[in-house]
Amino acid sequence: MNENIIITEDLTKKFGSFTACDKISFSVKKGEIFGFLGANGAGKTTAIRMLCGLLLPTSGKASIGGYDIYKDTEKIKLNIGYMSQKFSLYEDLTVKENIEFYAGIYRLSTKEIKERSKLLISELGLERSADSLIRSLPLGWRQKLAFSVAVIHSPKIVFLDEPTGGVDPVTRRQFWDLIYKAADDGISVLVTTHYMDEAEYCGRISMMVDGKIAAMGTPAELKSSYNVGSMYEVFLHLARGKNE
Amino acid sequence: MYSIEVKNIDKSYQKVQALKDISLNVNKGEIFGLIGPDGAGKTTLFRILTTLLLKDSGSATVEGFDVEKDYKAIRKIIGYMPGRFSLYQDLSVEENLKFFATVFDTTVEDNYELIRDIYVQIEPFRKRRAGQLSGGMKQKLALCCALIHQPKVLFLDEPTTGVDPVSRHEFWEMLKKLKTKGITILVSTPYMDEAALCDRIALIQRGRIMRIDTLENIVSAFTGHLYAVRSNDMSRLNFDLKEFEGITSAYIFGEFIHADVKNCPDGNKLLSYLEARDHKDIKIFPVHPSIEDCFMELMNKEENK
Repeated sequence: MNENIIITEDLTKKFGSFTACDKISFSVKKGEIFGFLGANGAGKTTAIRMLCGLLLPTSGKASIGGYDIYKDTEKIKLNIGYMSQKFSLYEDLTVKENIEFYAGIYRLSTKEIKERSKLLISELGLERSADSLIRSLPLGWRQKLAFSVAVIHSPKIVFLDEPTGGVDPVTRRQFWDLIYKAADDGISVLVTTHYMDEAEYCGRISMMVDGKIAAMGTPAELKSSYNVGSMYEVFLHLARGKNE
Repeated sequence: MYSIEVKNIDKSYQKVQALKDISLNVNKGEIFGLIGPDGAGKTTLFRILTTLLLKDSGSATVEGFDVEKDYKAIRKIIGYMPGRFSLYQDLSVEENLKFFATVFDTTVEDNYELIRDIYVQIEPFRKRRAGQLSGGMKQKLALCCALIHQPKVLFLDEPTTGVDPVSRHEFWEMLKKLKTKGITILVSTPYMDEAALCDRIALIQRGRIMRIDTLENIVSAFTGHLYAVRSNDMSRLNFDLKEFEGITSAYIFGEFIHADVKNCPDGNKLLSYLEARDHKDIKIFPVHPSIEDCFMELMNKEENK
């Protein structure tokens, strides 16, 4: 389990004179849940877009599942999953159509699409809604389905950008059960969240401040190094420390 | 007289019932929180109260004005910050502010005092187009525009969604200051921890209000007996707790699991149960319910109705 799925070294992205990501270096192991935290505008989204092969870095190195983020962007896209709160599924397609559409995008064979779609629908207990439009599904269900679709091709890593924003507290916890299951199956998870209790569910966390990784470690290590009792206080310390 | 009075409101969109028999009163000068997940009906209620949407039945008034008959009077005395950023992206910061002041037949200068504390934070960017601002600055500008005509009632629909926890805290500090100026604030949020910052809250889920009260009263009405539990193997712990005799619920909260157990006055029975199941480094202590514990208990009760 010691294989690194993400490795970055001094990864940097500049937009004109503004440095959105400033020499970030970190790695994520196979099956690890890695929390990617930081204030709004700290550079998380820019970093994620580079790691997904959607944005070329200005300098530095990175590989995702063994693929280089300068040269192999198309291969990276086939080996990752992505899900965000803002956009996940097509509202005017049915449950089944969404699953088939994404499975097709990830280039599964017709036979695989059929098998996995059936399996997924029964695992989520969505048999009765398989032919309903996504927009008629409660949000919590949509989010769980969106996650399952993002890992339907058994990617090496899945990127989750605020996956639990706005969902009810019970569904939020069920969602983390799905994340743990994916990690147990060997899928690495990189997740952003504004819920500080969720930071505790991550194996390791990085905290970005002004484009740099200001701290990295297990939740327990971070709390003890700042001598505080909660991840919120760690966050407060790092994100606002410079103003104090 | 209440600042906002809502009686038995229903609203459906075709087959979907968005609001079911909603009633609530908001006192003058109160910060009232509407707390619930996406899809609970929060935005629908805001749109009815801000006179942008017609209800199916029931009645509602804002500062004594009827939301349908007196919609013109209401529009003059309320400020509304919708969930989606809805200022003019291609106008600058100061142009947006001036525009909203003019629409309400007033000037920025006349009302500057009210927004000063917030506006000074975005003033360095006053020539910048609104579309080019960061999320936090857009939020501050939207609040200034909603306040520029000195409204009596402020409607804020999920002002902190997607905002990091520290900036969220700072936003609430601004609201507390506005409260001291006598403005009534109705604010919605999916972040339950923000309940602590409201005078009173309504917990809303699937179009129905589950409870309206102060946070203190809601927490003390929690009927379970909660312990915070942890061990060396958290995922197995979650599973084992669910099999413990007399358990009502077990939900993970950060590094602990909150277990609601009956007939277990000091936790010793739970401790020996977990030891027998080979858990190590067990920690058990009684814990006060958080707002999320209360919300989940109410959710479960609603579902079993």
